[in-house]
Amino acid sequence: MAEFTLPKNSKIKQGKHFPAAEGTSNVRTFSVYRWSPDDDQNPHIDTYEVDMDNCGPMVLDALLKIKNEIDPSLTFRRSCREGICGSCAMNIDGTNTLACTKSVEECGGGKKDVKVYPLPHMSVIKDLVPDMTHFYAQYASVEPWLKAKTPVSQSAERLQSKEDREKLDGLYECILCACCSTSCPSYWWNSDKYLGPAILLQSYRWLADSRDEAKGERLDALEDPFKLYRCHTIMNCTNTCPKGLNPGKAIGEIKKMIAERSL
Amino acid sequence: MQKERPLSPHLQVYRPQMTSLLSIAHRGCGVVLSFFTPVLVFWLVSLASGPQSYEAWQSFASNGFVKLLFLGWTFALFYHLSNGIRHLFWDAGHGFEMQSLYRSGYMVVASAVILTVITVVFAISKGGV
Repeated sequence: MAEFTLPKNSKIKQGKHFPAAEGTSNVRTFSVYRWSPDDDQNPHIDTYEVDMDNCGPMVLDALLKIKNEIDPSLTFRRSCREGICGSCAMNIDGTNTLACTKSVEECGGGKKDVKVYPLPHMSVIKDLVPDMTHFYAQYASVEPWLKAKTPVSQSAERLQSKEDREKLDGLYECILCACCSTSCPSYWWNSDKYLGPAILLQSYRWLADSRDEAKGERLDALEDPFKLYRCHTIMNCTNTCPKGLNPGKAIGEIKKMIAERSL
Repeated sequence: MQKERPLSPHLQVYRPQMTSLLSIAHRGCGVVLSFFTPVLVFWLVSLASGPQSYEAWQSFASNGFVKLLFLGWTFALFYHLSNGIRHLFWDAGHGFEMQSLYRSGYMVVASAVILTVITVVFAISKGGV
């Protein structure tokens, strides 16, 4: 059932304020969600004033600066710093995106506090680190690998025409950052049974692959009231995808495939 | 003992998106319309039961607050209808690009407003309001 409010242990309190050093002129304030398993505090918002004259342009640069110079206890995931690993997915300035490709300038109209929260409606491990176990289990459940029974010789590849290969464009680029799934109200209320946009886009990536021979069984697996059909074409997913992909459209294509095969 | 992990904020922090606002409005209008159906039945029954009962309906329907409700219901009907057509296009696999989503969204709101206004003008011109 949809729970619109946060449980008691998740209510957010006001935390500490870390002012910038005297004499810094170009300051931006970052309001960051904090929660630690090691004390008995509720989640709270700590505010950090960051000297932007000595900081890189992206939100991730600012978070690293905070961690390096102001508060080493701040915890978040990051790796590639160029939008290809998907580790630093979080809720920044009200929408989900990658901290490494989101510029500080773009946030809060270039003036107001930059608000940083973990991906929405997730179990928090610490600060900006959500538990992705369930998301990955859902990914595994769609069996994201090529299934083909037709034998090919050991020395040959499974060939694909140029046109068929093009059908995978806009699908293979997905980095599984979970920005889309955690922007989806339907996923917030039904993630126990609904697969969510990221996993469904990944599922469609195999349904759309000319070399895959398990289309029927893949569609059978998705055809129940929850896994696929909890998508109500809200489209927050496509709106927020940091890679500019279209999970909403991929889901529409799966629904169409199921409708068409029963004609 | 480790304390229970919190749930990260969702509705509380997610900036309202046109995409989700139009979607929840569709759901809301659907709920409003389902409340309207029994009223429609009352109207038909009162019409079928003769002049006396229709008189009673008329005094109910001429109440200012009820008129306002009718206005809301009319809008809900046209919004649900227009957005329903938008859903049909999606079901056929069209209009998923961000630009078309915004364009069709604005079109749905505009057509709902225009159709409501036309209905109100028509009702007034027939002396029904």
